[in-house]
Amino acid sequence: MRFLLIFPTVFILVTTVFVLMRATGDPITASLGGRLTQAQLAERISAAGYDRPILVQYWEYLTQIARGDFGTTISDNRRVVDVLTTHGSATLELTAYAIVVALVVGIPLGMVAAYFRDRWPDAALRVLAILAYATPVFFAGLLLKLVFAVGLGWFPVAGRASTNAEIEMKFDGAGTGFYLIDAISTGNGEIVADVLRHAVLPATALGLLTAGVFLRLVRTNMIGTLGTEYVDAARSRGVRESRLVRAHAWRPALIPIITVVGMQVAMLLVGAVLTETTFEWRGLGFQLAQYLTVRDFVAVQGIVVLMAVVVAVTNFLVDIVAALVDPRVRY
Amino acid sequence: MAEISSTVEPAGSAAAAPEHVSGRWGWFKRLPVVRQVRQSVGLQRGMLVTGLVLTGLFVLTAVLAPVLAPYDASQLRTPDGAFGAQQPPSAEHLLGTTVGGYDVLSRVIFGARTALLVVIVAILASIVIGVVLGLVSGYFGGWLDRVLVVVADAIYAFPSLLLAILAAIVISGGQSTMWGGILATALSITVVFVPQYFRVVRAEVVRVKNEAFVDSARVLGSGHWRIMTRHVLRNSTRTLPLIVTLNASEAILTLAGLGFLGFGIEPTAAAEWGYDLQRSISDVTSGIWWTALFPGLAIVIVALGMTLVGESLNDLADPRLRSRTRSKQVGGAVAQTSVATSVASGVDPVGTPPAAGTPDPADTTDRREEDR
Repeated sequence: MRFLLIFPTVFILVTTVFVLMRATGDPITASLGGRLTQAQLAERISAAGYDRPILVQYWEYLTQIARGDFGTTISDNRRVVDVLTTHGSATLELTAYAIVVALVVGIPLGMVAAYFRDRWPDAALRVLAILAYATPVFFAGLLLKLVFAVGLGWFPVAGRASTNAEIEMKFDGAGTGFYLIDAISTGNGEIVADVLRHAVLPATALGLLTAGVFLRLVRTNMIGTLGTEYVDAARSRGVRESRLVRAHAWRPALIPIITVVGMQVAMLLVGAVLTETTFEWRGLGFQLAQYLTVRDFVAVQGIVVLMAVVVAVTNFLVDIVAALVDPRVRY
Repeated sequence: MAEISSTVEPAGSAAAAPEHVSGRWGWFKRLPVVRQVRQSVGLQRGMLVTGLVLTGLFVLTAVLAPVLAPYDASQLRTPDGAFGAQQPPSAEHLLGTTVGGYDVLSRVIFGARTALLVVIVAILASIVIGVVLGLVSGYFGGWLDRVLVVVADAIYAFPSLLLAILAAIVISGGQSTMWGGILATALSITVVFVPQYFRVVRAEVVRVKNEAFVDSARVLGSGHWRIMTRHVLRNSTRTLPLIVTLNASEAILTLAGLGFLGFGIEPTAAAEWGYDLQRSISDVTSGIWWTALFPGLAIVIVALGMTLVGESLNDLADPRLRSRTRSKQVGGAVAQTSVATSVASGVDPVGTPPAAGTPDPADTTDRREEDR
């Protein structure tokens, strides 16, 4: 039964966006007001149908979304769906990298903290985790950029790939939008390296925040499992403490990670908006910031609706996966 | 601050003192935060005190901004001439100047004022709206309750910054003057927070309204309004202070995020850290570090201080998570692992045995996840 809540949730999200966006008036005045005369504005408004009763527009909006049509942007006259598909893959790629960073950094450190619980490595790691939470991703990004890109010159300053690599990938006809896949399909090692080098800093900036969350979660769960009877039994057989952590306790401690990865998607998408702006990573977040600047609220509405729905659906899927993985979870 | 820290040094003795303190400072020791500082031990106390100091510094800076700052936040020139853009730190401009030609130090200091005002307005508004809705919804139940719960859950699942962006568009159309901007930003953050307060208060109300004392009040003929305000509300708000402290840092980060996306307050109207950071992106590429570093550090320090306070109070409020006086037996060792010493010296104190059954103060994580 609980799973059915996904439908009202998506409906409410979509409606909330509509109500909020239209509470200010129509998007055409918001975008072009002051640049066109009243008569021109009125003409554009009626051409786009914004002068009809609000309920009619709402119905049209719902049916369009149901058909996967998000309208046309005002500022550069692209179909919002095209914007979403072109730039969505970039955001997805960045988010995936960030999750990898978070898992690789967060889980081992969480185990270390649990192993050294209440001693100094634990204390230091916990403080670091809080620090990771308190640092805005864009500031972390700027710092990384300052030190590793501008200062040391190890990594590129911005973008997803160098121009040459992008041209070569285009030329090769690889068009998934996921640069790593495209690069691998060219079979050129240099391009793969180039793409990866571009990804390091943004992925680290975005991943560290989530790594802090994972660290604390793994630590807590690990300490919990280390206190269970079967671990006690192993301990009494003389198994060393470090092996208890590595071989006995980690599996049950990681189950909650599945749930949390799902819940982190909302956080990561928001973080991606900010990280992309910092690194000129041309994904949805970068586009969103651009459209916000030119006050193109049709595009903003499309991107926000998509992100909200993605988050809702992910949470829904995670609930199902959690129920499948852990028989104790029943709805 | 001095008074708080004076209760701090002797980890063992303070922790050993009885809960009900009398004497000359008795009233002081029973004050809300002071009591928790006394109650805490070891790392927990270190975190709480560090958080309190950082938060105190932040509030002081915000209040005394006009005294502390060498220039005004929107000042571009002195009678001697213009500041110039992107000047490196110097005697006249201790932290340099921005790309727009403002003094970085002054903007960082005045930014504290903006941040404090936004946090206060946002949290007050969230409490008022959330409590009223939660009270009405939980007390009366019915279809209104069901609708509100579903809506609150849906909004809760909305990525917070995106929701704040939408709200900012609605409220201010993007940008405005100092007070307009502060109100607009604060209310945008409010929209994000209201579901949290609503859920917490509603859950408590649903629990409390079935208690015997509410029935008695009803039997005695009290009206709905009186029961709601006098009997139910007062017993439903005990968890609010904790959410407030945890939310304060999130409000700071949301404010900075909004500013970073250009939804701040106009630079001539007030200083805002997130906006200044956005302006510094291109500076960073050309190696100009001072315009990005200092506003960013300000955000980190404030968010860190508030998070530390929030988490510590949260742990202390939960008896399962509270490090007890009992842990005095390992007290010496635990005390040394407090933030300052352990990070600075990196020494393992006494090789404490991994005190089995020591309560774990870190699973507030779970709550945090839900919050995001």
